[in-house]
Amino acid sequence: MSGSSLIELSIAVIILLGTILGFLSSIGFIRLPDVYNRAHALAKSSTLSVLFVLLGTFLFFLFLEGYFSIKIFLGIFFVFLTSPVSTHVICRSAYHSKVELAKESIQDDLQEAMEEYTRKQQHNKNTEEASII
Amino acid sequence: MALQVLINLFIGFLWMFFQDNWSVLSFFSGYLIGLFVLFVLRRFTSTKYYLFTLQAVVQLFSIFIYELFASSILVIWKIIQPKINIRPGIFSLETSLQGDIEITLLALLITLTPGSVVMEISPDNKVFYIHAMDIPELSDSVLRSKTRFEEAIKKVTRP
Repeated sequence: MSGSSLIELSIAVIILLGTILGFLSSIGFIRLPDVYNRAHALAKSSTLSVLFVLLGTFLFFLFLEGYFSIKIFLGIFFVFLTSPVSTHVICRSAYHSKVELAKESIQDDLQEAMEEYTRKQQHNKNTEEASII
Repeated sequence: MALQVLINLFIGFLWMFFQDNWSVLSFFSGYLIGLFVLFVLRRFTSTKYYLFTLQAVVQLFSIFIYELFASSILVIWKIIQPKINIRPGIFSLETSLQGDIEITLLALLITLTPGSVVMEISPDNKVFYIHAMDIPELSDSVLRSKTRFEEAIKKVTRP
């Protein structure tokens, strides 16, 4: 087995690993109960599997084409930067529009905090109105 | 830090002009000498020597990669069980970090590690509300990784 085919094989293994991770996360997307848990599965797919696939592409261009592609690293960087933001915003807006947690859930600290926050705001509003009057 | 990089670039150009040799190689050797000069003068600058900050960034990144793999394996193991046995929930986590950059960085890193999503940050920036996929197993690991992230972030952002 020559060196270049060995490199080719290892690159293929890396890309295959990335696709397997993407496949597993889509299985998770179907099987998990509610929107929050599904967001976990998707957040994972867009970090690890994209990391592996783009890394394999980078190594392919580096070793077999002799071309150092910095653009691929930019792709990894921007996916890492944007995917958590979108996950956070989706989960947050789901919670604020009162999507219920799955019935297996055992803990919800945010509910108390939000109730307290709205109570405080209501209180501030009331005192403001009182002071205006 | 930006000032130090600027001084270093200046020393690099100066070295190149003194050599009267316009090439990348002489600029690079000048840059290395500038690094040494800044290292000697590190007690007189107001901020930390910038290679130390760079090293802290690399350390933070390696901690992050480790956490990414560890928690991914945990979550994949949960997904491929024949019967999904998870107890999700939202728990609160106090943080000692301050300032927009530090809070944003910690929220980004916690959300990037699978199995935990930052849902909300309290108005006074003190408490994170994190949705975890399996509270009994994951809350400990999230707590541990949070402490490690916090230490690494403080090394990066604080002088």
